[in-house]
Amino acid sequence: MSGRAGSASRHWRNQRLTAIALVPLGLWFLASLLRQPALDYATVSGWFAKPLQAFLAALFGAALLWHSMQGVQVVIEDYVGGRLRGTTIRVVRLLHVVAAVALAFAILRLAQGGVS
Amino acid sequence: MYTMVLSILHRATGLFLSACGFLYVAWLAAAALGPDAYARAVECLSSLPARLVLAVGLAAFWYHLFAGIRHFAWDAGYGFEKPTARRSGAIVLILAAGAFAATLLLTPAGRFLAGVP
Repeated sequence: MSGRAGSASRHWRNQRLTAIALVPLGLWFLASLLRQPALDYATVSGWFAKPLQAFLAALFGAALLWHSMQGVQVVIEDYVGGRLRGTTIRVVRLLHVVAAVALAFAILRLAQGGVS
Repeated sequence: MYTMVLSILHRATGLFLSACGFLYVAWLAAAALGPDAYARAVECLSSLPARLVLAVGLAAFWYHLFAGIRHFAWDAGYGFEKPTARRSGAIVLILAAGAFAATLLLTPAGRFLAGVP
């Protein structure tokens, strides 16, 4: 497939894939978060210093940001018209990319034991 | 009308959860910056308006999750008939409300959001 139809169906499929991934990842994150006895620095840095937990947090953040980008884009395409549409989508995409980069750096640092 | 409101609610909760996703990144970034930055972030997140936002985010999470599963059923070709759609919508609302109440009142972080000691 190519062109708009191909891109639209790929978008649709990717949004479903990230949605499926987010069911277990979202539940994992919420359960882990709500189960913490406290949310002070020691608890949280200890949580993400565990390799598996850092990996899951990165996976969750990546799926979340990707799914968010796709969802917000659909909403923009439905409600924003004219020349503003493309600009709005590009701004939102940039924000998501910046967030993804910040997330990657943050998790790498936390996985290495954070700031001592 | 009622199913239309639920559909709009799926979008609205999705947008709200997008914003919460950015909060997630900011929270992790603050932790990565060290204890001082993290303490300031937690102080911000502990204010009453922030706790209200997080509580709405918790409700939005549950609604969007169950409504999303309802969407999977539609994608697979099930549940399009009007009476079924109305019933599944009610089930989604009940499950979301129950899960929200349980996580808000029965977990340490939830009780903190609700201001329950």
